[in-house]
Amino acid sequence: MLQSACCREGGKNVVLLEITGLGKTFGGKQVLRDISLDVEKGEIFAMMGPSGTGKTTLLRILNLLERADAGHIKLDGMVINGGQNNNRIAARQRISMVFQSSALFNDTVYNNVAYGLKVRGMDKHTIKSKVDQCLALVGLIGYENRKAKTLSGGEEQRIAFARAVVFEPDLLLLDEPTANLDPSNVVKIEEIIRTINRELNTTIIIATHHMNQVRRLADRVGMLLDGELIETGRVEDVFVKAADERTRAFIVGEMVY
Amino acid sequence: MNKILLKILLLMLIASLFSGCIQPDAKDTPAGTLSLSTTTSTCDTDLLDVLNARFEEENNVKVLTLCQGTGKAIATGEMGAADVVLVHAPSSELEAVERGSFIDRQFVMYNYFVIIGPVSDPANVTHAASATDAFTRIADAQVPFISRGDNSGTHTKELGLWNETNITPQGAWYQSVGKGMGDTIITADIKQGYTLSDRGTYLAMKDKIELEVLFEKDKEFLYNPYHVMAVNPEKFPDVNYEMTLKYIEYLTSSEGQDLIQDYGMEEYGQALFIPANNTDEAV
Amino acid sequence: MSSAEFIIQGIITAIELIAGMDPYILSIAGVSLKVSGTATFIASLTAIPLSFIISHREFWGKQKLLTLINTGMGLPSVFVGLFVFIMLVPAGPLGFLKLIFTPKAMIIAQYILVTPIITSISLAAINAVPIAIRENAYSLGGSHRDVAVVVLKEAKFGIVTSVLAGFGRAIAEVGAILIVGGNIAYTGSVGGIGEGLSYTRTLTTAITSETSSGDISVAIALGLILITINLSVNAAVSMLQGRGEERGTA
Repeated sequence: MLQSACCREGGKNVVLLEITGLGKTFGGKQVLRDISLDVEKGEIFAMMGPSGTGKTTLLRILNLLERADAGHIKLDGMVINGGQNNNRIAARQRISMVFQSSALFNDTVYNNVAYGLKVRGMDKHTIKSKVDQCLALVGLIGYENRKAKTLSGGEEQRIAFARAVVFEPDLLLLDEPTANLDPSNVVKIEEIIRTINRELNTTIIIATHHMNQVRRLADRVGMLLDGELIETGRVEDVFVKAADERTRAFIVGEMVY
Repeated sequence: MNKILLKILLLMLIASLFSGCIQPDAKDTPAGTLSLSTTTSTCDTDLLDVLNARFEEENNVKVLTLCQGTGKAIATGEMGAADVVLVHAPSSELEAVERGSFIDRQFVMYNYFVIIGPVSDPANVTHAASATDAFTRIADAQVPFISRGDNSGTHTKELGLWNETNITPQGAWYQSVGKGMGDTIITADIKQGYTLSDRGTYLAMKDKIELEVLFEKDKEFLYNPYHVMAVNPEKFPDVNYEMTLKYIEYLTSSEGQDLIQDYGMEEYGQALFIPANNTDEAV
Repeated sequence: MSSAEFIIQGIITAIELIAGMDPYILSIAGVSLKVSGTATFIASLTAIPLSFIISHREFWGKQKLLTLINTGMGLPSVFVGLFVFIMLVPAGPLGFLKLIFTPKAMIIAQYILVTPIITSISLAAINAVPIAIRENAYSLGGSHRDVAVVVLKEAKFGIVTSVLAGFGRAIAEVGAILIVGGNIAYTGSVGGIGEGLSYTRTLTTAITSETSSGDISVAIALGLILITINLSVNAAVSMLQGRGEERGTA
C-alpha cells in the first residue's frame, strides 16, 4: 500500500475520471444522489459502504452498463455517458470490470482471456503474447487449454482478472471481487490487484464492504451511504479520524445495517 | 461415439441442405410439365405409367400425376392447380363443364364396376338379379359395407345405386372411410365386408386380398366411363393448354387407345379398361 | 399366408429393397431430406435471430408474438397444409407464384410448422444464458454483435437441439405436405415395377399411398428409413440435453 502510494508521490496528480452530480433512480427510489468525485491516474480508490447502498449501481454506470439519470462522467476530460454510440464504445473499451461472480464463458481459459483482444481486432501473435503475460500475472500459466468450467472458484476469479486487464484498460472497476472466496484466495486476489496497479499502472476503483481490504489496498477511500457519497479522503486520514460520524461508526463496526 | 453420431447427423442435415440448395431450380419446374389430376383407380393400376411414359417420350414433357378421388381431382382443376383431369363421374363432370371450368371433354375408356365381398357371401349377392337388388340384399343382411366416402367417381356411383334402391344406408354395418379405392378395398378385406370397386383397381389388387367379385352382371347400372377434360385456359391463363390438347388427342388416338386395349392382358389375362374407340358413349 | 409370415416377408423384401439401393425408394428419401432439410435451414435462419431479439430487446407486440409462437408450436399440420394450399392454388392470392404441388410449396408449409418450434426451444436456451455472461462480454469491449456471438455460443447446445427438434418434426410430418405437395412421382418406366422417381413424394406421404395400394413391402422399407432418421435425431437431442444439464450443474 505504501509502495503504490509512493510511486505517485511527487508527480502531479492527473485526474483520469471526473464524476459530477451523478444521480440514478430505480422505480421511484433514488439509489444514487448527486455523486461527485475525481479519481486520479494510477490510484486505487475504494468505495466502501454497507450492502445495498448503491456501490454496484455506481460501478455499473461507470462501466456504461446502465445510464445515469443526471450528471456527467468524464474520462480524460471527455464526457462518456449519454450521447452517441461511437463515443460509448470507444470509452467502454478503455474501461473494464470484474464482477462479484466471475461468469467465465463456457470455453477454454485461453479463449476467455483472449476475448477482449479479439473484439479489438488484434492479430493472433499479439493476442498470444498478451494472454501469456496475463496468465503469468495471475499465476495460471499452463491453464490455457483447460475448460473454464473445470476451474475452482479462486482460479475462476483469477482468470476473470486476467480477462479484464489483458487489453490494458485505463480504468479497472472491481465489484466485491473477493466476496465469494476463502481467505487464502482473498490474499492471492489482493496480490493480483496490487500487481496490476503497480505493473500496468492501471487506475482501479474497488467496491467493498471489508474494512481491512480497504486498508490493505486503497490509496483513497469514499464512504457511500444510502446513495450519497458522504466522505472521501486518503485512507490513513479517514481511518484515523473520519470527518463524518457515520463513516467512523461504519469503520469501527458500530453501524447496524 | 456420441460425438460421431452427432456429427453424422449434422452432416446429413447439411448435406440435405445442399442438395436442397443446388437442385430445386433445376428440378422444381421440369422444362415442360403437364399436370394431370386423376382418380385413384387409374393410379392404383399402372395404366397411367404406360400411357404417360410414351407421351413424355414423344413430346419431351414430364407428366406430373396427382392421384386423387374424382371429386378432389375436379376441384383441383377448378382451382387451376392442374392442366388436365381424367375422371369418371359423368354427372359431376358435366356440372363442372357447365360452370365453365373445363373444356374439350372427351370420352377415353370405360369398364364396369364390380361388387366385391367375402367368398362366403353372407348377403348372397351372387344370386342378385340387378345391382340394386344386390345392394338391397347387403342392407337387409346388415353385413359390413365399406364406402369410399370421398366424393370420388366410385362414391358418386355408389350413392346413385343406393338412391335407386330407396334405402338410406345407415347403421353400424355401413362404414365410410373417406379414402382412395385401394385403401377401401384393403379395409373391406380386413373387415370381410362388401364394397363397390372399379374392375381395374380390383384386378390390380387381386393378389393382395381375399375378396372376390360377387356381382358384375348389371351392365346398365355398373357402367363406368372415364373422360378427359382440359382446365379452361380462359379461367386460368397459366395452364399448359397447348400440351393438354396434345394429351387429349393422344389418349383418344389409335396409339393411346391401343395401349389401353392391351394393358393388363399380360398380367391379368384381361383388359382392365376398354378403349372408347371414338364411339359415342353408351350413357 | 399366416400373419407372422406376412410381416416377415414384408420386412425381408423391404430390407432387400433398401440394400439394393432401389432408385424409387432412394429418390423418396432424397426428397424428404431435401424438403425437410431446406425448410429446417430457412426456419433456423429466421428462428434463431428472432429468439435472440425476443430475449434481448423490448418492442411493441412482443407478448403477442410470444403467444403466436406458442400457438404455432401446436398447429395441426393439416391446418397449415390447408392454409398454404388455399394461398398457393392458382385461384388463391399467391397463385401467380405457381408453387402448388412443387417441393417449394412443401418447404413453405414445413417452414411454417417448424419455425415456432425452433424459436421456442432456442429462446429457452438463450434465456438460460446468465445475464452476467452478456454483461461481461459487453464490459470487455464487445460490440452488440460480439455480445450476440458470445450468447449464441453459450446457448449452442440448446440451439442445435432446437434445430434437430425442428428437423424431426418436419421429416415425420405428413398432413401438410400431402396437401400442398400432392405426393407426385414421375412416370415409371414402361413394364417396370411401380413408380418412377419422386417429385413431391416423401417418406411419410409415400407410406400413406403405398399402404393404400397394398405395396406393404415398399411401405415397410420407407418406414424403416424414416424411423432410422427419426431415432437418430431423437438420440442426438437427448444426448445434447444430457450435455446441457451436465453443464447446468457444473
